[in-house]
Formats: sequence, structure tokens, C-alpha cells
Amino acid sequence: MTTETAGDSAGDKIRCDACPVMCYIKPGAAGACDRYANQDGQLVRVDPHIVLQRTVSHGGRLVPFQASGDWDGRIVHQGDLFVTAIGAGTTYPDYKPAPFIVSSDVDGADMVTVVTEGIFSYCGVKVKIDTDRYLGPETATVRVEGEAIGHVTTSEYGSQMLSLGGVHHLTGGSKKEGRVTCDALMDLSNCKPVELTIDGGATVVVQAGRPPIVNGAKEERMRVGCGSATIGMFAKQWQGKVDEVVVVDDHITGVLSEHQAGKLLDIPSTGIKMKGRRSTPGRYFQVAQPGTGWGGTDISDPLSILGPFDAKTARPGMTVLMVSTTGEHAGYYVLDDTLRPIAQEMPAELQFSVERIQENCEPALCTVLFMAGAGGSLRAGVTDNPVRLTRSVKDALTRVTSGGAPVYVWPGGGITFMVDVTQMPAGAFGYVPTPAIVAPIEFTMKLSDYAALGGHMDYVQPLSSLKDVSRDIRQLPWPLKEQGA
Amino acid sequence: MIRPQIALFDDGRLHLQDGPIDLIIGADGSEADIRAAYQAAARRFTGLLDELCSELAELRKAADPAGSALQGVVAQRMHRAVARFAADTFITPMAAVAGAVAEEILSTMVQAAPLRRAYVNNGGDIALHLTGDASFSVGLMDRPDAQGVLRTMTIRAEDAVRGVATSGRHGRSFSLGIADAVTVLAHTAAQADAAATIIANAVDLPGHPAVIRQPACEIQPDSDLGDRLVTRGVGALRDNEIAEALSAGEARAQALVAAGLIEGAVLQLCGAMRIVGARQLDIVRPQLRAEAA
Repeated sequence: MTTETAGDSAGDKIRCDACPVMCYIKPGAAGACDRYANQDGQLVRVDPHIVLQRTVSHGGRLVPFQASGDWDGRIVHQGDLFVTAIGAGTTYPDYKPAPFIVSSDVDGADMVTVVTEGIFSYCGVKVKIDTDRYLGPETATVRVEGEAIGHVTTSEYGSQMLSLGGVHHLTGGSKKEGRVTCDALMDLSNCKPVELTIDGGATVVVQAGRPPIVNGAKEERMRVGCGSATIGMFAKQWQGKVDEVVVVDDHITGVLSEHQAGKLLDIPSTGIKMKGRRSTPGRYFQVAQPGTGWGGTDISDPLSILGPFDAKTARPGMTVLMVSTTGEHAGYYVLDDTLRPIAQEMPAELQFSVERIQENCEPALCTVLFMAGAGGSLRAGVTDNPVRLTRSVKDALTRVTSGGAPVYVWPGGGITFMVDVTQMPAGAFGYVPTPAIVAPIEFTMKLSDYAALGGHMDYVQPLSSLKDVSRDIRQLPWPLKEQGA
Repeated sequence: MIRPQIALFDDGRLHLQDGPIDLIIGADGSEADIRAAYQAAARRFTGLLDELCSELAELRKAADPAGSALQGVVAQRMHRAVARFAADTFITPMAAVAGAVAEEILSTMVQAAPLRRAYVNNGGDIALHLTGDASFSVGLMDRPDAQGVLRTMTIRAEDAVRGVATSGRHGRSFSLGIADAVTVLAHTAAQADAAATIIANAVDLPGHPAVIRQPACEIQPDSDLGDRLVTRGVGALRDNEIAEALSAGEARAQALVAAGLIEGAVLQLCGAMRIVGARQLDIVRPQLRAEAA
């Protein structure tokens, strides 16, 4: 939600200058147009997404997303249309029918889309940050502007995971904590960058669909595998070209000559001594502290994780490649007469293998999944018997979308869903001062199924009747006719 | 934002919006004539709000039945529409603003090109143009905030009706009465608009404890209604109370029909309805789509 025009504040009232009527607008009220409103002393546009008493009391007759400025004779798009809930308004906490219940004829089947904007107190985002760099200990608090908004959760393959938001941060803490959490959730969901600081860890800038920026450094690539897996994948390519390879990884550092993959290729022992805790042959945990250096460790000199070579096995002239799991860091060493590794220029064929590792590392991204549960009152906006909607979703008779984007609905009770925010239209999320997040949610089903689950049949309106306002009407992101037809 | 907003829908209707004015326009005629009419509408619409706002202070004052110093053609039309009521009741020209704007745009379109029929719908206050055997089917809602058309009326060229307007406590403007909706048919849209306001105000139960009222200026500081009490909520009413309130409005509507100011009216309150009309309005309740499915 943005302030689109300057308000001349007079006490708690605002003078709106969006049009020559120049309404004085009291807090919580809208101007004569129902398009601009005073929210906490700020002039806001109410039509894209949001809810004030007045728009609610007017049955959600909002005009979202004006299609055009000066008229170029352009017409609203034709074809299979899908009306998203963005800007539909909501009737929470009244158990009124959802603002728009739209029927459209899809391949002869009467389909119904119940379009509403949910106000979610029970909601948050799950953030996946593609990096091996150390962001902070598990369960560490994640902060914005010093306020706790979530925590570090169990890391996933090549990625660090954060769990942000949730009802405890939104409404269970101080007023500022709730506001900051709400703002961060909305910004992350609207694909805006947010700077997060992790207690005992890093500062990371997260933006959905963009690389993470960890302590000011932009992450480029996601590792292809752990150090051990990388040995397994590339052992054959290294055979005969180098005597020893160490793939440095904060999780499992791999050593070619000791690794099962090396043994199978009859690669001889080199007398290398690794620091850290040996797991199985050629696989080492905790070779260093976690950090933002090589392979998610805190080291900048890879030799620091090696002990002295065993003189009984090692011999001068032996070659060693040390490389990180993403190929971003690499060094080539030759043992001198005292069996100390000395850095040398890397031969082209080894440089090629390092580049191959890089090539196999996908671009590092931040992904943000918005997760929320549709509560009883939201479901009551769809049907007079909320549990039947839940059952209908579970039985796959009803398709749930959020801003037109497909969602994953969790098994079990309620309608708890996750959606990739980058699949949703820009600016799909709003908030209410509760604080809580306003997100679009649509339920699509056959008209007959809608009637069967106790739908508000009196309020069903044909899609064509909606076109008296220029709404955000878009192509379906998926073929509707496959669903429940 | 860009003012005004102008857009054409794929079904051929034109949408004009500027500040609080929101028009849906339709026309029947040759393609070239429709285009000419729409272009004229868009041209006339541009700046119309500024024109009105230049006299806004005057338009928000109680109308003088003897006349006004208003300059703009739309402002003068607003005044004419309310002046007849101003002698015995408080009313400002703003009570007719929606209808008067609709009329202005429609007359511009009809002057620009020959049209078989056309309408300008300004948020439920509608100006109509009808020729020959043309007719319009006008949907009637139970309440302005309810979705879906529950009844329809047919208006033909031979009828005197060229304006339809709805007023009530759920609309964008405040109401002094408790009617859910009063829909008025009149010779002009501005006349229908003003009369709907007057009749909706008359549907009332003065002093009833279930009716919540609040000074208009407490809600909208610059409301033309000043500190007059406007209806904010209506609690449970008994059937005889609903009948009493409707009867008060019905009497007002009948007086306006007798005076030739309106052609007919439909009054609705808490699910009950009264129809007042010079001729029997043919009102049809269509099958709901859902029942047909």
C-alpha cells in the first residue's frame, strides 16, 4: 500500500488532493470517491487492496487496478478470464458473503470462483536462501530494525531456511514488534528487499527471486553437492590429472584419495591429514568454523584445514587441488621437498574441472513462500457451512489459488496453504493495522459443487457483470478446464 | 493518478471515472455514431469535475427555492432539480449531482450523433435516451450494497421516464431516513436523484431507539448535511414499524407523483417493498441463475 498523493494534514483529518473535491477525511474514513482514505493519518488508496470500515460497509464495491489512463480505445482483455481476489476487499469479521462470487462458463461447465481477500493473523513466510554461508545458529532470532520477526530453522540442501512472521510476532509481542513483522512480511511477499539480521550470525538482504546478499556480498551460486558428493561426481574427471583433491565444505569436506569413489578408481593414498572429525573414509565434519569463506566455512586459506602430510606416504612433487563446493574458491598446490604444499598456477585441465563445478551450481536465489491458514470467518464468506469448504478442498473438488497462483494446501485440518510469491501479481499483499496481512485467496469449483457445500448462491454473479469496473482480469496461470471438469 | 480515467470494455460500454464520479455508458446505433457519441462524452467529461468543484461551496448550501447564482450548466440543473423541494425541506443541490452529471453526458452524446438508445449510469443514478420502439430493462436491487439484480423493470420510449435513481442508507451518500433503497423513475435523472433522496429521507421512524444516528459532519467533515443526524445503523424492527416507516415514505412518493414530479417509485426496507406509480410498473423477479443450474 502506498501513499499516492500528498495529504494536507489538519489535526487528525487529512485533506485529500487527489481530485478537486478536496475532501477532508477523518481517520478510518474514506473520501467521497471511496478510493482514497485516511489510515492513521496517512492518505492511502483503498482500491488496490485494503479494508476500511466504509468500503466494507459498502459490500466491497471497490475499483481495483484501473486499466488505463488516457483512453487509447483499448478494450479489456477477452478470453478465458480469471478474476483474482486482489483488491476484492473483504468482509471480515462479518460473516457476510465474500465480496465477489463470480461464475464463469468454462467449457460448458458452470464454474464458480469465490474471490475474497483474507485477513491473516496466522501467517508468515518461509524463506529459502541458497547459500552455504553461515547465516546463524539454528533457532537464532531473526530481526528487522532490532525487532524479532522470526528465527533460523533447519537448513535444507544447499540452502539456509528462515521462518518469519507468525501470530506470536504479529500480535503476541510489543506493538512495534507487530508492526515491524507485518511490514517485513508484506514487503517480502510483495517481492521487495528486506534486510534481516540474525542473532550471532550474518546480516542478509532477502528479496524473492533475487540472489541473497550476505554481509554485503552477493551470493552467486548454489553448491552442486556437499564436499563428499562433489568428490563422487567428479572423481573420474580428476583421475590421472591430480594426486589429491579436497572439496572444502562446512558440512562434509571430501578427500579424493580416501573417499570410496577414489578407492574404486584405485587412486593411491597421499598421506594427507585433515583437521576436523572424520565421519566415514574421505568424509570430514567440522574442518573449520562456519562462516562466509570457502565452502561456507570461516577460512580464507584452505591450507589451514590440513595437518602435516604423512612422510611415510607423501612424496615431494605430489599435486593437490583444493576447491570449494561451488567452485568459487580453488587453489592448486605442489608438495615441496619438505612435503609442504606450495601454491602454483593451476593447470588448464584442472581449471576446467573447477569451472565444471561452477557450471553445475545453479544461481543462488532467495525464495519466499507465503503461508497462511484460512480461518472460519474467511471460509464462512464462501459458504454457510465452513467445514464443507475444507472437505471440498481436501477432496480436490475445489481449487485454491492465491492471486491466481497455484498453492500447496497442507494435509490435515483447516485450509493452510503455501504460495510462491513470485508467481503472484505485483502488490498482491496488503495489511490491516491489527496487524495482520491481507492476501488474496480464490476458491474455484463447479457451480453444482458450490451449491452442494452450502455456497451463497444468491450472490453468484456472472463474470460479464463484473466488467463494469476495470479490474485486474488476467489469463489463467493454469488450465481451469482440467480441474473438476 | 491520471484524471479522468477513460476505458472501453469489451462488451462496448464506456467507463469514465474522475474523483467520486464513476460513469458506465452504453449506446446503440451505428459503429461510427457510437464512437462519435463516446468521444463527445469523453471530451465533455474532461474538466467537468473541476467545473463543479469551482462552485462546490455554493452547491453544498441549502437550496433557495427562489433561484440561485450558480453559473455552470450542471450546477444550474442540480439547483432546478432540488428547488421544488426546498420550500418545505432542507435540501442542497448536491442531492442531484449524480443524476445531473449523467444527464449532461447523455445530452452531449445525443447531440453528437443519432442514437437508437443510450444510457449513462452514474453509480445507480441513470439517464436514459430512448427512440422508436426501443426499451431498457432496468435491474432493481434489494439493497444498494447487495450483489445481484433481483427484479427488473422495463422502460419504453413511449414512457415519460428518462431518469432512474436510487437512494438509501447503504449508498455512498448519507441518508436521513432508514430506507434500504428507494428507486425513483422520473422525467430526468437529476429529478429522479433529488426525489429519491427526499423519499428515502421520509422512510423513517423518528426517535426509534433501534436507529443509530450521527451528525454527518462527524463522519465527513465537509458534508453538505452539516450536523444533521444521518442514519448509521438500523437494529431489529417489528413488522408494524417497518410498515409505518414505509407508509411515511409512500405518502411522500404519492404526493410527488400527484405533483407530476416523478413517474413512480419503489421503496424497500428490511425485505418489505412498496410500489408507487402513475402506471403499474411491470416488475419481474427473474429466476436466479443458481436455481436454473
